[in-house]
Amino acid sequence: MATRLKDVDAVVIGLGFSGAILSRELTKAGLNVVALERGADRNPADEFTLTRLRDELRYAVRLELMQDNSIDTITFRNAPDEVALPIRRFGAFLPGEGVGGTGIHWGALQWRFLPTDFRIRSVLTERYGAKAIPDTMTIQDWPVSYDELEPHYDRFEKLCGVSGQAGNLRGKLISGGNPFEGPRSEDYPNKPIKTAVGPAMFGAAAASLGYHPFPVPVATSSAPYVNPEGITLGACEYCGHCNRTACEANAKASPNVNIVPVLRTEPKFELRTRAFVTRLNYDRNAKRITSVLYTDMRTGEEYEQPAGIVILSSFVFGNTQQLLLAGIGEPYDPSSGNGVVGKNYCYQFEAGANAFFEGREFNPFMGAPGMSIAIDDFNGENFDHSGLGFFGGGYIVCTNAGAPPIGGRAMPKDEPRWGVGWKQATAKWYRCSTGFNTQGSVYAHRDNFMDLDPTYKDALGRPLIRLTYNATDNDHAMSRHVVGKLEGVIKAMNPTRYEMHYRPKNFTVVPYQSTHNTGGTIMGADPNSSVVNRYLQAWDAHNLFVQGASVFPQQPGYNPTGTLGALAYWSAKAITEQYLKNPGPLVHA
Amino acid sequence: MTDDALQRRTFLLGVGLAGTAIATGIPQEAEAQPQPAAPSPAAAAPADTEPFVTLTATEAAFIVAAVDTLIPADELSPSGSDCGVAVFIDRQLGSAWGGGAKMYRAGPFHKGKPEQGYQLALTPREFFAAGIVAANAWSRKNFGGKDFDRLAVGDRVAALKAMEDGKAAFDNFDTRAFFNQLLSLAMAGFFADPIYGGNRDKVAWKMIGFPGLPATYADKIDAYRDKRYVAEPQSIADFS
Repeated sequence: MATRLKDVDAVVIGLGFSGAILSRELTKAGLNVVALERGADRNPADEFTLTRLRDELRYAVRLELMQDNSIDTITFRNAPDEVALPIRRFGAFLPGEGVGGTGIHWGALQWRFLPTDFRIRSVLTERYGAKAIPDTMTIQDWPVSYDELEPHYDRFEKLCGVSGQAGNLRGKLISGGNPFEGPRSEDYPNKPIKTAVGPAMFGAAAASLGYHPFPVPVATSSAPYVNPEGITLGACEYCGHCNRTACEANAKASPNVNIVPVLRTEPKFELRTRAFVTRLNYDRNAKRITSVLYTDMRTGEEYEQPAGIVILSSFVFGNTQQLLLAGIGEPYDPSSGNGVVGKNYCYQFEAGANAFFEGREFNPFMGAPGMSIAIDDFNGENFDHSGLGFFGGGYIVCTNAGAPPIGGRAMPKDEPRWGVGWKQATAKWYRCSTGFNTQGSVYAHRDNFMDLDPTYKDALGRPLIRLTYNATDNDHAMSRHVVGKLEGVIKAMNPTRYEMHYRPKNFTVVPYQSTHNTGGTIMGADPNSSVVNRYLQAWDAHNLFVQGASVFPQQPGYNPTGTLGALAYWSAKAITEQYLKNPGPLVHA
Repeated sequence: MTDDALQRRTFLLGVGLAGTAIATGIPQEAEAQPQPAAPSPAAAAPADTEPFVTLTATEAAFIVAAVDTLIPADELSPSGSDCGVAVFIDRQLGSAWGGGAKMYRAGPFHKGKPEQGYQLALTPREFFAAGIVAANAWSRKNFGGKDFDRLAVGDRVAALKAMEDGKAAFDNFDTRAFFNQLLSLAMAGFFADPIYGGNRDKVAWKMIGFPGLPATYADKIDAYRDKRYVAEPQSIADFS
């Protein structure tokens, strides 16, 4: 029997970026907040330190900061007629675990979506006619506009100390920035990170072809910076270990560095780690969550935590799983198209390339994701799709995130992988190769969704989330087009040799591709097409606010975290300024 | 215990006790002799003196032979085992990771599609145990009754190539998956920080020009633009 605890104003499930932002905003509004984080505490003073972090094996190979799949995983199949099997160790995507969540080990590319991304079905209909959108493409407009989110994008960029070059400041185009971006009210808080040699060559080649290169926006401060929470960030050291690791310089943004320290000194905030929330107790008649049930993973004891407001801010899979387990909202059925919970799972359709420049010295170990140069000419509706046979797109980037020796040695595919000849080859190509990527969109498809697995369970006996997902014809066509444009730029860079890496026909859970999973608890204009309203409030439980990329109706051609953070601030504003005064539905169905 | 196994065990004991002193002593032929070190009292009780954390003598012989074939000695680096790669693999398989930490292990177990990833009930430690048994059985069948570590250098290369290409048909075991895991673990050992037992003297980092720690380059980006940055690599231990 669970021990019933004292009522609190709000409970936050999962302390990543969204959970930390909501905790901060709600305590500022005077609420007592308890955060339940199922993983360990991760304190920068202990964990984000040298020499500890310079250990590629521990962090990048053995995945120190990632979710423990012995406790919880998901099952996967490509199509509804297949048997889903558990992902026994995550590969294609790597959700984090513990305080900070996936916000510790991210590469920290912090983008805004295009204004047209937020009303994509309307835009496609206006430009190409309603018939141009296939019936199977279940995309929908967001119930919030770019203009509404803009101040919140700005806030999140300041929290994270984003380094970048504005391309559109209050409607005025600025040379050297991204001319396609929506108008921003203010410049980035920090100047761009230094550009690496390969990306600079890419930028020159792209410009020669008439494209518009610019430094990628990155939540890594290029100089010491004090964020609006009063926290001092350091300057990037270009260590080359950003991905899958934390940052000892406090330059790369994480919840742990940029916001949680303030919460740790906040009397109205309480953090409980290794607190695994197993269930939301749902009062269907009152349309509210009465309490959440969790297990203390240190003792096995079960607790019931009653709360006035429930912030569900775990990863995409956990958010969807909690709603399905509690019976909140109608589960999605792909055969009829009815129901909403689990609908519109989307991924990121990344495809890339490597180019080799014999004799050049790129010092690839000096790296930071922000040293990269991108073009946005083939993203979203930045180009005309008439006659192309697909919708969507993605930014194209020449990367320089670092090249640690186990995983970062690019080599031409026809070189030997071992033995005589291999050593010469890897020594020859290591320092003169550069990588490219296309951050392809995924436009929702009727058959791609999540539900509960009928067979496999987690360590606490709950059904795992079952992911049914495959790459679509649309996304392959999109990717071929965008990768083709990338190839044109690479040719103009005149490499010794290069290789394009198209995506295989079927999605596979190995190897690593991207942690950009979205959907399952999508936002929309009404309960028939969405799980949450424009303020991320559940249609079927007015005191439940679902945070994170699980609310994205589909995934545009950008990294999701910038929009995730903006939505957290947007949702927090609605809760503190509207919901607290008059608890109930903020949008009437 | 067969004579063969006894010889092999004595040889491995030599590796453990003498370290790199036998750097050039990796047998190229099955008949290569064990090290001349006189059997010590310890050698009489091999279970207690096994120099590896988890690998059996047979497994260790396989791993040493494999990593020396994957990473042969030449002017760029000593052989894989002389760089500590066999020791690395042994320690990794004996680590929490090798025991299946953070791995979902509940059944039922189905083969699934390749797109669904690893679906065996085996931990990495168990996977390698089973894989080495299968590889040696295949080796004996195709190379005159000899285990893999007893093959001449050329045959070892041919055997690994056959595994890599999936042409070697192991009995009830995915040959290619085994080879890929072996290669990936060997490469991790060669290039990981020396704290884990491989990459001795940072040879692999020197080979490719990776400077290791502390990796603080803010003041070097502009100075070394398109110009090679050379530094004596430093590892975690150098700062400890």
